[in-house]
Amino acid sequence: MSTTTEYGYNSKVEGEVVVSRADAVINWIRRHSVWPMPMGLACCAIELMAAGGSRFDISRFGMEVMRFSPRQSDCMIVAGTVTYKMAEVVRRIYDQMAEPKWVVAMGACASTGGMYRSYAVLQGVDRIVPVDVYISGCPPRPEALLDGMMRLQEKIRNESSTRGLFKDRKARELAYKEA
Amino acid sequence: MSETDFTTALRERFPGVTERPSLDLAAYDCPHGELQDILRYLRDDAGFDMLMDVTAIDAYEESPRFTVVYHLFSTARREYVRIATPCEDDAEPRAPSVADLWPAADWHERETYDMFGITFTGHPDLRRILMWDGYPYFPLRKEFPLAGHEVDLPAPDVAERTGAKVLPAPMMGGPFHSPQKGPMSRREPRADDESWTETREKDAAQALPDGPRDFKHSDT
Repeated sequence: MSTTTEYGYNSKVEGEVVVSRADAVINWIRRHSVWPMPMGLACCAIELMAAGGSRFDISRFGMEVMRFSPRQSDCMIVAGTVTYKMAEVVRRIYDQMAEPKWVVAMGACASTGGMYRSYAVLQGVDRIVPVDVYISGCPPRPEALLDGMMRLQEKIRNESSTRGLFKDRKARELAYKEA
Repeated sequence: MSETDFTTALRERFPGVTERPSLDLAAYDCPHGELQDILRYLRDDAGFDMLMDVTAIDAYEESPRFTVVYHLFSTARREYVRIATPCEDDAEPRAPSVADLWPAADWHERETYDMFGITFTGHPDLRRILMWDGYPYFPLRKEFPLAGHEVDLPAPDVAERTGAKVLPAPMMGGPFHSPQKGPMSRREPRADDESWTETREKDAAQALPDGPRDFKHSDT
């Protein structure tokens, strides 16, 4: 009597195994559990709150878990006018967030300083933190925020996450320095 | 006590008080040294129990350069009065603090100090309230441009890591800037060019009150 050993593909467990790439799995997990750090600094924060409410319901995208601790959040949504006095705080909170982390500049003020061409206002949060998605509007409607967050999901989907798993991620350069 | 009553009593008691040109409220100029006595009189005897506002005026090339302005309100009579007093020194202006009369004056005076650099003598805690400690300018003075001056960021470590500085803000251009055309009532409310906010000379056309600006020929 001889025993047969099956190597490789086993037809008996077919249907319970999914073959995929590690990147695809990791990115799928990451982009559907983006926990935002609500950096609400001005009126954009009101729209951010509206996006969290039931009408717009950001939890459809797995982003309803607004974390007020930078240690627990993945994506900083800078919603509002960043003054030079606040810039220090924004950068420190960004530094305290664990990798991988992303930044969304919500609205005109966070993107470029907006209408505040003034001595007190930082002319775009990308001068102190690397921004992934810019959302136009003053303030943007919640739909625009959701669209921006979906674009961020697209961006996360195309990252090569496996490569960075077993080594330290390099700190990202600021966009205006690369240019 | 009606308005005329406290007016007569005030001027009888403090002969240094003079009427100040005003389009709305009763307004008085008062000498620097008597300010606290006058405000105490208005609070205790004339019924102005609420301090609405403390601010200042910069007359730039005149002397006295700085004037501190107080707005008082009587909650019983629903009546306002405006008291103005010139500051002592043009280079390092000083005014007496009234934070002991109205606690509300505390933060108002801090803001006035922050924006104009007026030192309120006797203030319990005179620090900047809006700009950060160590900011070298007073932004609401006339010689300060709206765009600001280049200085270092308040946090040296963040400045070192990011290379960011406090830079003069661009007055024109950029992705969110609509073209300055069309009637003023319909376009974005912003300064036309830097000469409006800087101390440079204006164009001859713009210096005229009804000069040929674009709102004249633009309603299309």
